[in-house]
Amino acid sequence: MRALTWHGKHDVRMDTVPDPKIVNPRDAIIKITSTAICGSDLHLYDSMIPSMEKGDILGHEFMGEVVETGPGSTLQKGQRVVVPFVIACGKCFHCEKQQFSGCENSNPAETQDLGEIAYGTAMTGLFGYSHMTGGYAGGQAEYVRVPYSDVGPIVIPDGLEDDKVLFLSDILPTGWMAAENCQIEPGDTVAVWGCGPVGLFAIQSALIQGAHKVIAIDHHPHRLELAKSLGAQVINYHDVKVREALMAMTGGIGPDACIDAVGMESHGFSIDNVVDAVKVATRLGTDRAHVLREVLMACRTGGRVSVPGVYGGMGDKIPIGALMEKGLQIRTGQTHVHKYLRPLLDLIGEGVIDTTFLISHRLPLESAPDGYKMFKENQNEVTKVVLKPDWRKQAA
Amino acid sequence: MSDETIARALESDAPLTAAVRQRDVAHAVAEEHDWHAAALVGRTITINRPRAELYAFWRDFRNLALFMENVESVTPGEGGRSHWVVKAPAGKTVEWDGVLTEEVENEALAWESAEGADIKNAGRIEFRDAPPGRGTEVTATIVYEPPGGDLGKLIAKLFQKEPKIQARRELRRFKQLMETGEISTAKGPDAAPQG
Repeated sequence: MRALTWHGKHDVRMDTVPDPKIVNPRDAIIKITSTAICGSDLHLYDSMIPSMEKGDILGHEFMGEVVETGPGSTLQKGQRVVVPFVIACGKCFHCEKQQFSGCENSNPAETQDLGEIAYGTAMTGLFGYSHMTGGYAGGQAEYVRVPYSDVGPIVIPDGLEDDKVLFLSDILPTGWMAAENCQIEPGDTVAVWGCGPVGLFAIQSALIQGAHKVIAIDHHPHRLELAKSLGAQVINYHDVKVREALMAMTGGIGPDACIDAVGMESHGFSIDNVVDAVKVATRLGTDRAHVLREVLMACRTGGRVSVPGVYGGMGDKIPIGALMEKGLQIRTGQTHVHKYLRPLLDLIGEGVIDTTFLISHRLPLESAPDGYKMFKENQNEVTKVVLKPDWRKQAA
Repeated sequence: MSDETIARALESDAPLTAAVRQRDVAHAVAEEHDWHAAALVGRTITINRPRAELYAFWRDFRNLALFMENVESVTPGEGGRSHWVVKAPAGKTVEWDGVLTEEVENEALAWESAEGADIKNAGRIEFRDAPPGRGTEVTATIVYEPPGGDLGKLIAKLFQKEPKIQARRELRRFKQLMETGEISTAKGPDAAPQG
């Protein structure tokens, strides 16, 4: 089959690779109909995530048709399914607590060590996201093997086309959980740093969950326009000072809840960010934590901080005094996708949530390398690239 | 001072592998077994299954080959003895007999290598109830005499490479098999361990 493979920094290629096969009883094989490039794929593209190997198949936002099932799968051939990017066994302590992104079993035994060293606990298995998370082949391909297919994939009813439901795989539940982690109360103002896909979905989710006001922060004019169209007030940090603006827009109190939907590769030329960039370049540090610092400083006393943005290593100069003295609560983590699939699919079906506004580009899978380049170089206009494997011949 | 710290470590609530003076603790264990030296590996994990089920699975030693990567087979014999065949480098195998030295139903099993084993080793696995609703805490502790001689070197390649890593991976596979019914793998059908 054809698949998008990683070969190094800013080097991804379309390769012909062996077709996936059923290995374990609970597996299923999915023929991909739509797959997207995620903002976090750019961290791989930029070589910011350790334990990548040449030839790894990327992609963790995908959906398709069931073409093969193991004896333990509950899926049936021909069903259309969206697959969560988190692989979860459904049986361990964390899965039973619905903390699916903490699944203890989905990462194979031999790839759990690195997570234990880096984070104190092994990471959960993810599709197409380095060997630290299991080394599972991703879904930017014609086919993918889905382990524990009786737990993860959600069957999509006919009549809901791919573009409407594809983002259930990652960014919609991630934005939703980011808002849920804000424990929004009536009258609350929620500030969202970063108007990428997760930030935009967090804005949408926060308003649905009852936020009085959402303030979006970014510097890409088009992304801020999208935020505005969803109902947010916007701050372009190239034009105004973020903290002063936030204080002024919240009656001098600060936002009740703050969402860092940026993570470790923040833009901007504040002093701390430039110092961090130098440290990362010289390997003295790994993560640029500018946004997290600003979030902790800006949030109101007793407020909530939600971090869906990806951090992977060490950050320093975290204003821990602000965190403690203001009594902030922080909630973080990879998304417990499985938990949100059913309610979000219902909201999509009812027309409450429409995610198709996000898609700026649709390309054949064969053009995936171009898609990465575009996404990396023009984040203003390229908000989401969706790849279609069956467009191959059309493109050629 | 060191004698006291070793004694305290041996009596600690924490597993022996967490001892600060681990090498000395291992030495004390070696003396107990009358070995020239000993290495100690161990690990505790929680498995979300009932204690009796885990104990019964482990007590049938044939099952160990299902999740222990290098163990080709374990064949139970008379009087608590079992015969172990373990893969060694270059397609070779190493074999020995083990003897059950302790058997407390649903709680603990301990074994020791029989006279004449290539690698003198002893192990103990304990099963304790985890907090309510969380299954069972399983602690495995293995001590072995680092082998000498030519065969020893060969075996060392296999066992001393990273025995700690090996031990924790075996326990993770045990947990996966017990909780999910399969052993997680990202490898193709030919390369994957089968549960």
